[in-house]
Amino acid sequence: MAEIVIHNLRKDFGDFTAVQSSSFKIEDGEFFMLLGPSGCGKTTTLRMIAGLELPTSGEIYIDGEEVGQKPASQRDIAFVFQMFALYPHMNVRRNISYPLISQGMKRARVREKVAEVARTLGIEDILDRPVGGLSGGDRQRVALGRAIVRNPKAFMMDEPLGALDAEFRERMAEELRALHDRMGATTVYVTHDQLEAMQMGDKIVVMNHGVIEQFGAPQDIYDKPATMFVADFIGSPSMNFLRFHGSIEAGGTSVTLHHQAFAVPEMREPFDGDMVLGVRPEHIRLSDAAGYRAEVEAVEYLGTTQIVSLKAANGEVKARTPSDQPARVGETVGLEFDGRTVTLFDNQTGRALRSDLNEGVLSHG
Amino acid sequence: MSAHAITEPSSRQKWIAGILVIGYALITIMPMIWIVMTGFKSPADAISYPPKVVFEPTLEGYVNLFTTRTRQTDEFLAANPPETWYEEIVRQYDMVIAGPSRYGERFLNSVIIGFGSTFLSVFLGTLAAYAFSRFKVPLKDDLLFFILSTRMMPPIAVAIPIFLMFRTLGLSDTHLGMILLYTAVNISLAVWLLKGFIDEIPREYEEAALIDGYTRFQAFYKVVLPQAATGIASTAIFCLIFSWNEYAFAVLLTSGTAQTAPPFIPTIIGVGGQDWPAVAAGATLFLIPVVVFTVLLRKHLLRGITFGAVRK
Repeated sequence: MAEIVIHNLRKDFGDFTAVQSSSFKIEDGEFFMLLGPSGCGKTTTLRMIAGLELPTSGEIYIDGEEVGQKPASQRDIAFVFQMFALYPHMNVRRNISYPLISQGMKRARVREKVAEVARTLGIEDILDRPVGGLSGGDRQRVALGRAIVRNPKAFMMDEPLGALDAEFRERMAEELRALHDRMGATTVYVTHDQLEAMQMGDKIVVMNHGVIEQFGAPQDIYDKPATMFVADFIGSPSMNFLRFHGSIEAGGTSVTLHHQAFAVPEMREPFDGDMVLGVRPEHIRLSDAAGYRAEVEAVEYLGTTQIVSLKAANGEVKARTPSDQPARVGETVGLEFDGRTVTLFDNQTGRALRSDLNEGVLSHG
Repeated sequence: MSAHAITEPSSRQKWIAGILVIGYALITIMPMIWIVMTGFKSPADAISYPPKVVFEPTLEGYVNLFTTRTRQTDEFLAANPPETWYEEIVRQYDMVIAGPSRYGERFLNSVIIGFGSTFLSVFLGTLAAYAFSRFKVPLKDDLLFFILSTRMMPPIAVAIPIFLMFRTLGLSDTHLGMILLYTAVNISLAVWLLKGFIDEIPREYEEAALIDGYTRFQAFYKVVLPQAATGIASTAIFCLIFSWNEYAFAVLLTSGTAQTAPPFIPTIIGVGGQDWPAVAAGATLFLIPVVVFTVLLRKHLLRGITFGAVRK
């Protein structure tokens, strides 16, 4: 197993820059998520780590060794493809044993290893079946089997659950995570699904337009977004943005929107100009006493909670409130925010302003 | 309202479709039936009018196809009674067998040249198609268009330059020359057809093989080739059909050692009158290898023809 370090990695396809000087570190044994919308460069980054794409510049260290320009076959890395890419002309057993055959391993030993892997994944009974007729989940397991059979230094997974139906995805996600915990293998996992990333990852990198927006533990990324993109991309519904013009001193603890003061975490930097107040839906309370008024536009019932859409002076707001708290469409209510959780952003650059809340997490520039 | 689903043809539609298909099949297959039947007729039956559908089958055509015969004196005939069934057939006309004809040789030439050029076209075509499909080739589109442009005129249009080139290079009337020529004509078809097939094979298969520790070339022949088998088979059929049937270049460029069957078959007519049964027998035998080859690979052929029509 291995630690992977990415340093100033860049990839250009002609005039198009897919990945711009990315740097991050994947600790040994970590389940690491590359998260972002499609076309953000996450798959390209993964393919560069695996050796399927050569970087334009920058270095990739696997276990301390620089491998940036080495072919995939020499990196000792396993890759699970979105469409699984099982060799269609071979049966399950042959598929799983194929990486071992390339190493020239003895037949008896190959059989042993394949049997062992099949037991781990619970696919012993389909070993002699052709891969064509397998269900999505079984294909996924065979693809995993092919990946884990030779104990590679690290696993690369490119949206491995993307081809499965929703119901099955949940189960495979759990299986994957359990498998990772059992083997303790360094895993790099690409996904565009923020829930999947939060649910499974030890650490997440959020990418957009080839640039790393934030890098950290799921909780930190959710609670302390470094940019408006991250705040918007993570969470469902996403963070509310209330745009306003104002100023705040370093050490300031409140901002004024529409003549109402709102508490914010103690600021570490001053700012003056167009700002955005970001607050998660679950940190908004509807209160008749509050001075900041908004009109209820829609109520979406979700069982124990409900999503209340409101129209406020500074923009659209969605609040997650307990279902037993009545909210009627057309009603005007007051809004209260949990001041400890609020993030202020620079509206122009989209970056979060440093405060007591996020200081330890942000690393600009 | 009828009981069947809207997408399902009604039984009346099926009947009409069936009749049309059978009718079309009969029309296209009729010349072949005619040729096969004529091969088993006597020369008199072959030219009788109205044509005989029911006749007494004879192997005369086949015997004449494979032999050369001479007329002999009555004394010679009386002194040498026929020993085999085919000598008996010839003896009806007071003739004896003088030796084998050249049909066997010409047939063998067709096999060597036809299969040789098919193999070469498909081999080179697969490599080129793979490169065009997977790698960044400079001027890729121009090269592909250039390759295709060789099919924009009938090949025979360049017969004279080719004739002169072959004469200068000493390729006239050689197996190698004919294999190269047919390969040159077929390669554009092979490259374009195979590129389509290889384009359709997801790159992930090769990438998986690269990750699994195989080299690019191993990934190509262990993973891509088996996937492309269907495309290779149907391409091979198209290439074989062309080089097997090619007539004009064969007439022009071969006369002796490398002559293929197509230019030879019509020359049978001249030997001892208009021997239509022998010509028909030659044509019938000539059909067999392509029919066998096509039947063996037919399940690939259908996919080859309809290939790309439906996006998966």
